[in-house]
Amino acid sequence: MTATAPPRRAPEAGPDSGKSAAGRRLRPRAVERLRRIGLPYLLLLPALLAELLIHIVPMFFGIVISFKNLTLFYIHNWKSAPWSAFDNYKAAVKIHQPIGEALLHSFWVTLAYTLLSVGFSWLLGTAAAILMQDTFRGRAIMRAIFLVPYALPAYAALITWTFMFQQDTGLVNHVLHDQLHVTSNKPFWLIGDNSFWAMVIVSVWKSWPFAFLALMAGLQNIPRELYEAAAMDGAGVWQQIRKITMPSLRPVNQVLVLVLFLWTFNDFNTPYVMFGQSAPHQADLISIHIYQSSFITWNFGSGSAMSVLLLLFLLLVTAIYLALTSRKRGDADA
Amino acid sequence: MRTSSTSSRLLAATALVAALGLTVTACGGSSDNGSGGDKNDPASLKGQTITYWASNQGTSLDNDKQVLTPELNKFTQQTGIKVKLEVIGWADLLNRILAATTSGQGPDVLNIGNTWSASLQATGALMPWDATAFTAIGGKDRFASAAIASAGAAGKDPAAVPLYSMAYGLYYNKKMFSDAGLTPPKTWDELVTDGKKLTKDGHYGLAVEGSNGSENIHHAFVLAKQRGSSWFDDSGKATFDTPANVAAVKQYVDFIASDKIAAKGDAEYSQNQTITDFATGKAAMMMWQSAATSIKAHGMTADQYGVVPVPTQTAGATGDAGITSMVAGINLAVFQNTKHKAAAEALVKFMTSTPEQKVLNGTYGSLPPVKEAQSDAAFQTPDLKTLAGVLGSSAAPLPQVPNESQFETLVGTAVKDLFADAAAGKPVTDDSVKAALTKAQQQMPAS
Repeated sequence: MTATAPPRRAPEAGPDSGKSAAGRRLRPRAVERLRRIGLPYLLLLPALLAELLIHIVPMFFGIVISFKNLTLFYIHNWKSAPWSAFDNYKAAVKIHQPIGEALLHSFWVTLAYTLLSVGFSWLLGTAAAILMQDTFRGRAIMRAIFLVPYALPAYAALITWTFMFQQDTGLVNHVLHDQLHVTSNKPFWLIGDNSFWAMVIVSVWKSWPFAFLALMAGLQNIPRELYEAAAMDGAGVWQQIRKITMPSLRPVNQVLVLVLFLWTFNDFNTPYVMFGQSAPHQADLISIHIYQSSFITWNFGSGSAMSVLLLLFLLLVTAIYLALTSRKRGDADA
Repeated sequence: MRTSSTSSRLLAATALVAALGLTVTACGGSSDNGSGGDKNDPASLKGQTITYWASNQGTSLDNDKQVLTPELNKFTQQTGIKVKLEVIGWADLLNRILAATTSGQGPDVLNIGNTWSASLQATGALMPWDATAFTAIGGKDRFASAAIASAGAAGKDPAAVPLYSMAYGLYYNKKMFSDAGLTPPKTWDELVTDGKKLTKDGHYGLAVEGSNGSENIHHAFVLAKQRGSSWFDDSGKATFDTPANVAAVKQYVDFIASDKIAAKGDAEYSQNQTITDFATGKAAMMMWQSAATSIKAHGMTADQYGVVPVPTQTAGATGDAGITSMVAGINLAVFQNTKHKAAAEALVKFMTSTPEQKVLNGTYGSLPPVKEAQSDAAFQTPDLKTLAGVLGSSAAPLPQVPNESQFETLVGTAVKDLFADAAAGKPVTDDSVKAALTKAQQQMPAS
């Protein structure tokens, strides 16, 4: 720090020239460190605040409401609604009482719906992704067409489906009954037993492109050499799929199946657009059931309690699923 | 390492599930209040802006806007109060009102379905119309008493003021009836007999809107009333599965199930396909409320159909047995939390004034609940005269109890599922109807 040293060299001097200034540097270094560690948090802050505002706060109130007897008499001033302790939960889980019984029925319907929808979506998605893997003329167009259901606005597509499923004038019955003569009379799709299957069909149609997209991306990461080597060793197509494709897609599948499961289990649009505010008994999905309990019958406490139960169930499923799949993968890695 | 990755994964998954779950109960929506002073003296009302939520009465939301905007402009000219109009579809209206009620942020004036009156009254969201408030708009006596009875629970100040009135009638296709040599039925037995004669070659005697819960309960209500039965007892407790109510619902479902005078496909109707079927001649009869405008929109002219009161069990029945319709209609309410109460009341006064009643009801094909306006030539068409007669002498309000909306949902859905059984060829018996109604009743909150 003498006059001989040009001032502008100071920054370039680096650590070896800083011994004398160690005391003074301590604070800046701490600040520096804090800044380095703190920067990611600072960058995350807006997102965290938004998350808090959009998700956590409503969730918190949802949980609070589930412990209240919040019926139409109190919504004007919902803070005045009497606390009901676990009454809402008790009503929801008493499976031999009407409300609990209806919820349990709805739960089973939803579970069956989810398993079928996720299963078929995954199967279709995987098959299509693998078939589209090899280059051929028109592949890009086919891929684009396959993604159309995913790109369409859900409501518009679902309304079209309900038109197609109409008993008298719908396209589905026109093809099945009038053209192919598969059925002896026109079946109902939007009411009665078939409503469940109509809903599954629409759900698969809606979600398989997502599986296809995710798996297609996953397939790009599998080195071609693996297949070539396997082919040289005499592995057939099925063996290649079983021994190379499937294990390589494992991380993708792990996330994909979970996300599809959660989306489908919570699906509201499909039943709401297809059946309106009162779904047929056979297609009474839990999301619609909760909606009815809250908004149609104006019993928000009961609806919130059911929501919390749904949340707990999904958390449990997610935790078990991740624990199981991660352990297996860990074992495989070891 | 594995543990930490698993736990961070769990954390991420928790966040994900949290994001996906619980959204059902989270409701939002708010509406800003206009600006302006809070004084109630008329001179200071000038320059205030109030918000008005209108329900969908015309052929579309845009159509409603076109009908209402010039009228509201007249109001602004007369009073200097500006009105921000929002037309809200029926699918959203109640949810929007509930959100407004919860948040306290809502419109100043709003339309409500009159069957919601008692329910919304119980929430305390709507300004009660006491004697003073009624005096300000010309007095309670200006309105038809049936319409006032549908504006809130008995013994309480009404929660709203009647705006448009409607009633159910039996619409019949004149040509199909004369071809078959029939006259419109007066009893249900006649209706079924006529219906059977008219049901042939892809045509049906009757069309019903089987998947529409509201339609279902409106008819179930009338059919039960004709048997002297009600869906709630005097204390407001649900009495869904009484023998008379079971018989009422069964009679309605039997139009498809055993009488077979309505097409099986009607069981899934929920988008007013009934009107389409009637207007296109697929069905010879339908029971509907104030359908003139919709029928015309489907290309059937007024001289091609007739309207008579809905049948009764025995011809010429009176009292409860002679009830042929619910009191259908739209009420106009003032939001309790409004900061512009005087301006809001001024709008209600304007909308229920005799000239406006003539214009609005004339356009929408409904009947004016304001007695003075009823004599207008626009309401002297044969069908409207019939409906006015029904409203005046044989219409009863739906149960005005706080749990009315649960009744609509639970019983409406039960009837819908029974129709589905009928359409699928499953038997609909007294037992199956009773079981469905008992289940609906058990899900009602105790009150």
